[in-house]
Parts: sequence; C-alpha cells; structure tokens
Amino acid sequence: MSSILEVKNLVKKFAAVRAVDGVSFAVPRGCCFGLLGPNGAGKTTTIEMIEGITEPDAGDIFYRGSPRGERFSLESGIQFQSTALMDYLTTREVLDLFARLYPDHSPIGKLVELCQLQSFLDTYATRLSGGQRQRLLLAVALINDPTILFLDEPTTGLDPQARRNFWQLIQHIKEQGKTILLTTHYMEEAETLCDYLVIMDEGKIIAEGSPANLLQKHFDHTFVCLDREVAQPHLEKLEEPTTVHRDHVALETKSVNQTVKQLLGMNIDLNSLRVRTPSLDDLFLKLTGHHLRE
Amino acid sequence: MKQILTLWQARNREYYRDKGSLFWSFVATPFMVIVLAIAFSSDNQEILRAGIVAASPSAPAGTPFAGDDAISLIVYRDREIAIDRVRFHQLDILLSMSEQNRYWINPDSSKGRLLEKLLLAQYPAEWQKTEISGRRVRYIDWVLPGILAMNMMFSGLWGIGYVIVRYRKNGVLKRLQATPIKAWQFLLSQALSRLTIMLTVTTLVFIGCNQFVDFMMLGSYWLLLLIAIIGNMAIIGISLLMAARTASEELANGLLNLISFPMLLLSELWFSLDAAPAWLASISGWLPLTHIVKAARAVMLEGAGLAEISQHLLILLMMAVVFITISAKLFRWHKP
Repeated sequence: MSSILEVKNLVKKFAAVRAVDGVSFAVPRGCCFGLLGPNGAGKTTTIEMIEGITEPDAGDIFYRGSPRGERFSLESGIQFQSTALMDYLTTREVLDLFARLYPDHSPIGKLVELCQLQSFLDTYATRLSGGQRQRLLLAVALINDPTILFLDEPTTGLDPQARRNFWQLIQHIKEQGKTILLTTHYMEEAETLCDYLVIMDEGKIIAEGSPANLLQKHFDHTFVCLDREVAQPHLEKLEEPTTVHRDHVALETKSVNQTVKQLLGMNIDLNSLRVRTPSLDDLFLKLTGHHLRE
Repeated sequence: MKQILTLWQARNREYYRDKGSLFWSFVATPFMVIVLAIAFSSDNQEILRAGIVAASPSAPAGTPFAGDDAISLIVYRDREIAIDRVRFHQLDILLSMSEQNRYWINPDSSKGRLLEKLLLAQYPAEWQKTEISGRRVRYIDWVLPGILAMNMMFSGLWGIGYVIVRYRKNGVLKRLQATPIKAWQFLLSQALSRLTIMLTVTTLVFIGCNQFVDFMMLGSYWLLLLIAIIGNMAIIGISLLMAARTASEELANGLLNLISFPMLLLSELWFSLDAAPAWLASISGWLPLTHIVKAARAVMLEGAGLAEISQHLLILLMMAVVFITISAKLFRWHKP
C-alpha cells in the first residue's frame, strides 16, 4: 500500500527539552494510523508539525511524495485537542462559516447526519455538551471532504458512552476510505480504531506495527490475574513471572491449564481469577517500565 | 472576497447577539450624553475666562486680570483660534496688547460684557473694542464629538483587539489557521466588521441623541463620516498592533487600559488643553483621538471644510497605515 504521508527525522525542541526527537514514519493511504503514548510523549507536537501549525526545528514532511503546499491545506481536515468556537454562533452557522472558507465543501446535510448534529443545530456552539462539541468539531474537520483527517485526542474528557459513540463515527469515516491520523493515550481507542500504531514515549518512537502484530511480537503468553490480596501471600511460591498491579497480580503463562492446576494445588481462592490476553498497556509497561496513563 | 465576507458576517453576528456590547453602545453612551446635556444646560460654569494673544507661552507683564483668582487667563499664540473661542462663547474676552490694546467680546455673552466692564474700570487705557457674534457653543455641543469618539475608541480597542487575544487563547484562531484563510483576510474581515459596527452605532446614537439635544452642526455630515472612517481605522490599527501576538486576556486588558487612559485624559474629550502646559499639549498631538475630536469639533462647531481638517486626517491616515502594516507583519495565529 503506497503512503500518502511521510515524515522523516522530525525534531522539535522547547527550551532544553526535545519534545519530538527524530521521529520518522509513513502513513499508508486509507489507513487509520495511530500515535499512542502518555501525556507529554510528543504526539500533539508531532501531529501539529504535520498539520503545519507548528514549525519543526528539523526534519521533512511529504504529502503525496512532495513537500506540503496548498493541495495539502485543501485536502486535509483537522480536529485539534482543545478548540473553542466563536461566541454566539449556532451549530448550523459554524458549519456554514467553515464551509464558505473552502472553495468546495461537503453537503452540510450529509455532515449533520453523519455526525448526528440534528438535535442541536440551532444551539449556540458554546452551549453544547462535551460530546456534542466534539461531534461538531469533527464535522468542521470534515467540511472540505478531506482525503486525510487529523484527530488529536478526539475523545479526551468524554464520558464512556460519548466516547463509544465517537468511535462509531470514526468507523463510518474509515469506511469512506479516508486516511486518518489519530493521537490518543487510550489503549482501547487505539486497539479499536487503528490499523497501524506508532507508540511514542519522551519524544521517540519505541515500537510500531499493527496492534495485533505488536502484541504477537512482544508477547507469547497470556495473563492469569488474581486479586492482589489473594495472590500476594503466595508470590514467592509461584513459578510464573508476575507483575503486581495496584489491585491485582498478573501471572504470565504459556499454559493457562497448568497455571490453574498449580494454583488449585496451592489451595488459593480462585473466585477472583480472570484470564486475559496482553494489551497495549502491557506492551507499554514492558517497553518503558510505566503505564500509558501514569 | 467570499471568505472575508463570511468572517465579517460572523463577527457582526457575535456583536449584535451580545447583549452586553449592545447595552454599552445603545444605552450607556446616549445616557451619558443626556446626563451631560442636563447637567450643563445652564451656563453654570462659574469661572470667567480671559484670553491674551502673545508670542511667548506666558502672559506678558502687566496683562490685565493676571493674578486674579476669579479669572482664568489663557495665552493664545494663534489669534484666529482665540477669536473663534470668543465667537463660540468658550472664551469670555480676548485681549491683544500688541495691537494697540485691542479686545474682542461676544455681545451675546453676559460674562463677556461683565469682563469688559471690569477691564475698562480697572485698567483705564485707550481700548479698541471688536464684537464677534456667533451662536453660543453649549458644553454639550463641545463635548459631544468627544463622547462619540470615546465610544469609538473603547469599541475599537476592546471590540477587536481583546476579541483576537481571546480567540488566540481559546484556540479559535488556531482552528481558522487550519483552513485556507490567510492572516490578512482574517484581519481585514475583523477590521471591516468593527468599522461597520462603529459607524452604524455612532450614526444611530448621534441621530437618537439629536432628538433630545439639538446639536450644533455647522459643517458637512459627509466630512464627519470621513473623519469617523479614518479615525476608526487608526484606532483599529492600534488595537490590532496590541493583539498581534498577545495571548493573555489579562495582559491585553492591561495594555488596552494603558493605551486608552492617556487618550481619555489628554485628547480634549472633556476639557480643552488651551490652558495646559505646552509639553502636555504636544503629547496630546500624538494621540489619534485628539485628531478625531479636533477635526470633528472643527466641522461641527466651526463649519470647517476638508482643507481645514486635512492635517488631522493626514495624521490619522498615516497612523492607520503604520499601525495596520506593522500589526499584519507581527501577527501570529497561535500562542508562542
């Protein structure tokens, strides 16, 4: 699959801090490409350099094989992490305003339907709930029918239901064949939406690949989990490598049957037992020693 | 053009839907005009004002009324300006010792006649009298251009500069930056919107207040409109300059106060600086509001034509061009 966007050795410094430190990747056409990492990893700085909002200190950015120009500006749609909208303009007026700033635009009715804006079209944009506001900002990002869509932490601050609704919207947009570059610190969001992931920490890429491949590459085991208070007295006797979390203990195992047998033999209460496959958070913990959301 | 018009319309909507700004424009300003009109309806300014034409900044020795606490003695270098002051009752008597003890009074001014009697009684000499007639300029006639200009200044400074700073802080500018709109198109749309709003508001307030207080208007309304347009552009220029990079509303507020207070005090909005020290008058000459007010007063109270106010218009135009050019060069969409 050919890449629509390519970045090479991007660097951005803020005073003495290298917020982005030599980042390179290529985004395949039609892919939902995720930048995953904790707050402060350099995701927003990276995406804003690509969008043209922040000037890189070093590195190159290519759109369709050439440096970004007017075509990039007309073919890209952007949803920033935190954006207010004009005071005293309704949802409908905000859409009309942004539509008229582009030479061509998507039919407003189609966007209203796609982003489910019908119920608050005549409400001032400043009076919308968090979920409504994000849906309106998504519609604004889609107003020019972009080929590539940038979404910077689009569900941060939303309640779980609003977040899931938003994911559904992004799935619909993916189905239209648009390329999406998404930053997030929610592993579930990355796992649900992204076809390809770049995991960042402290300005650098620490791993990349599809979510499934990443997990396959770094893990050949599953986790058997028990409540911490149940498992902790027996930790020294357990054969499997263990990780102690805040509320539970995870045992890495290649055979769940054998581990369960061992636990039964030790007469441990298994009422709290859970079996789970490794997640991106486990991967992040393995690579960096800390959790995504710390 | 379509983009500029779109942003112009959006900003206008924000203005007329904001009840606070509407209140300030259409209630507070006329209220101030009417209160001042009532407060100064009678000629209750107690102090007597005598003028002396002299080449030096201070009155020559032996000038009548010098040292009299009850009479304010003002030195004029420009004889014609001083004569106009008498004509419009802003000066009760004018003396010129170098012109064979000549004096001017307005026969319709009771204070003028009183000072004439005092002059002749206390300073016997061969005095030559000249009478200058003219409709009395009430304080409200004199202060009205100042009030309207002040309204324009506040509206221009806060209505454009403060809004841009807020938009930079909350990310609206960043959102606009991500569209094909150019910085100059955005700035032009904001400036045009504010110009439209200020001209509409000022015209409506003028017409409305004129129903209650019949203002003196000797010159051309078209000239007044021209002063308002060019004056507005100069104020918008200052406002855009302040907002070019500022990203904090608190700092913007401080800067706007710093800009507006000297103009409020030194632009002859409320009182004439005729009697003020020369250095204060020269500072006043650097302030755009001074030129707006002086040009508007000249048109309204003296019936001045384009040639007579062209110097003020030229200064305002230069200020507008310089401020707008620098602010367009300095402008940044987002926080540094």
